[in-house]
Amino acid sequence: MPELDAVVEALKSAFPDAIEDVLVFRGDTTVTVSRERLLDICRFCRDTEGLEYNFLSDVAGVDYYPAEPRFGLAYNLYSMPRNASLRLKVMLPGDDPTVDSVTPVYPAANWQEREYLDLLGITFNGHPDPRRILLPDDWEGHPLRKDYPLGYETVQFSFNYDEITKHKPLAQK
Amino acid sequence: MTTVPEQYEWEESLQSLKNLVSERALTGETMVLNMGPQHPSTHGVLRLAIELDGETVVNCIPDIGYLHTGIEKNMESKKYEGALVMTDRMDYLNNMGNNLAYCLAIEKLAELDVPIRGQYLRVIGAELTRINSHLVWLGTHAMDIGAMSLFLYCFRERERILDMFEMISGQRMMTSYIRPGGVWRDITPDFLPTLRGFLNDFPRRIDEYETLLTNNPLWRDRTQGIGYVSLDDALAMGCTGPTLRGSGIAWDIRKAMPYSAYDQFDFDVPVGQNGDVYDRYMVRVEELRQSVRILNQAVEKLPDGPFRSNNRKYVPPPRSELGRSMEAVIHHFKLWTEGFRPPKGEV
Amino acid sequence: MGVGQKLGDLGVVTVRLEDAVNWARTNAMWPMLFGLACCAIEMMSTQASNYDMSRFGMELNRPSPRQSDLMIVAGRVARKMAPVLRQLYDQMPDPKWVLSMGDCASCSGVFNNYALVQGVDEIVPVDVYVAGCPPRPEQLIHGIITLHERVKQERFDYWYEKERA
Repeated sequence: MPELDAVVEALKSAFPDAIEDVLVFRGDTTVTVSRERLLDICRFCRDTEGLEYNFLSDVAGVDYYPAEPRFGLAYNLYSMPRNASLRLKVMLPGDDPTVDSVTPVYPAANWQEREYLDLLGITFNGHPDPRRILLPDDWEGHPLRKDYPLGYETVQFSFNYDEITKHKPLAQK
Repeated sequence: MTTVPEQYEWEESLQSLKNLVSERALTGETMVLNMGPQHPSTHGVLRLAIELDGETVVNCIPDIGYLHTGIEKNMESKKYEGALVMTDRMDYLNNMGNNLAYCLAIEKLAELDVPIRGQYLRVIGAELTRINSHLVWLGTHAMDIGAMSLFLYCFRERERILDMFEMISGQRMMTSYIRPGGVWRDITPDFLPTLRGFLNDFPRRIDEYETLLTNNPLWRDRTQGIGYVSLDDALAMGCTGPTLRGSGIAWDIRKAMPYSAYDQFDFDVPVGQNGDVYDRYMVRVEELRQSVRILNQAVEKLPDGPFRSNNRKYVPPPRSELGRSMEAVIHHFKLWTEGFRPPKGEV
Repeated sequence: MGVGQKLGDLGVVTVRLEDAVNWARTNAMWPMLFGLACCAIEMMSTQASNYDMSRFGMELNRPSPRQSDLMIVAGRVARKMAPVLRQLYDQMPDPKWVLSMGDCASCSGVFNNYALVQGVDEIVPVDVYVAGCPPRPEQLIHGIITLHERVKQERFDYWYEKERA
């Protein structure tokens, strides 16, 4: 993919110390960047002639527990004029999962970031509306973290019938 | 019951929205009204805090999560094959589309091949699901605006599609028909005649819907110029599909990055100009026609051959092999107890 | 049968009060729209032309709990939705019934996790459970007929007990 190589070269020359890793796998390019420069790199990707990544398709958050750095955030950028996509990835340490919000550059990131604020507990600096989005406001914990239990409930059989029935006082009408 | 006076409670909830509503709402000039989560026109459970200036909505604060199901968390603890049934239930009107996206990701990761008949069957499934989904949209949208009869017509056609789904997969809605490496089973002999009959009737039905709506002054009054999304906004907010095309950019993922043999079909991408509700309606109705066109080509050109990949590391062997081959039994056992293990990577 | 009878002059019909009341209740049992997920789409199918729930006097789906008798909980109930559901149930006037439609509402089905209420019977009393993921319209109609049969057998002493409780 010569075209994407040019993109990576452009990124490398513009931000020589911020590009941590470049990975090409099954035709997808993933560029791992440092979290301090993420916002600048996003702005560069959107505004530079020849890159024009004008569309943020998705933000994906991963918990690599127990590895360190623990959290990964992948920003999937897409360029409509050039029909090309690029994945920017930023790794965050487990004890301080903080990153700059890219909402000023891509407004589409607003809810996506709120989702990871909610489910992974990542703090986004400069986010216009940092509230929980999916869960109730008084929820404790961040469910998509690997150390959060699934909340599994055992199936009711005859041997544990009474135990389960206790949770359902209204079932026996 | 709490002893907090009602007025105080209301003031407090307004203060919590302070950064989200305009100054006029805090002074009481505009009214903040709650809508949902249980409301007849919120198909899907959604709460909106709406700021009204008279009858005009000037601001809207959506509150989602009333249907948060924790599917990601559940899928983490399942095998690849087992997690497929979850994808059906994510967008329950577009079940095969979700199956397809999930299977395409697995196939890309595992470099799994899909036979050409499997790809065509996937296209048939995906396009039927598109028609199905658009029909529910059209019926309920018209019902919300006040045209109740369209709801009955749309669901009449939808039942025919659901019958076809039942024919090929055994379920009406949660089909799980598209599997990694192809589709679950080959189509039954009576599927293609039924589909042909449907494709024969359906264009006339679309005309019927259009006679009811397209030039109807009531419909036009309530859709034209409403819900305007400019092209820049649509791109910045990450809109896709008919919402993006309604704003005037001819971008379709089936054309831009063709998957599953979509490059072998001839179809147009409908585009709107004004970016309002009416244009999005026109785009979707035209998509119904284009789907019929794709389906006609798929039925015409449907190739023979296998419908699912032969890679036994990922695809369980058919029943007929189990009685003859020891290897098939081992593969079967491994796949249904451990599942498959694609290589590590990110796609 | 004379002309008078055909015109509605049936004379005097004696019937037990329980039967008359239950007949009235079952033949115009207005359901409340409580569509939550996939099952809601099947519930809509049940009301649409092919299955036509108005055969059972249920074509009026009331959006307001104050006007409805039967709550069809169609779909998965998230923890965030649970207080809303209970509040709506409390707003419904007596007599009221709850039909839990689908696996998710009955026991949360395939989604056995933190986000969902594990069966809607944890928050409201349920009269009829309909299994299936999602149930076919026929199954829902069967559930409704089961409920009707149950309501038809209600007796005065049962109403009194309910009042006292």
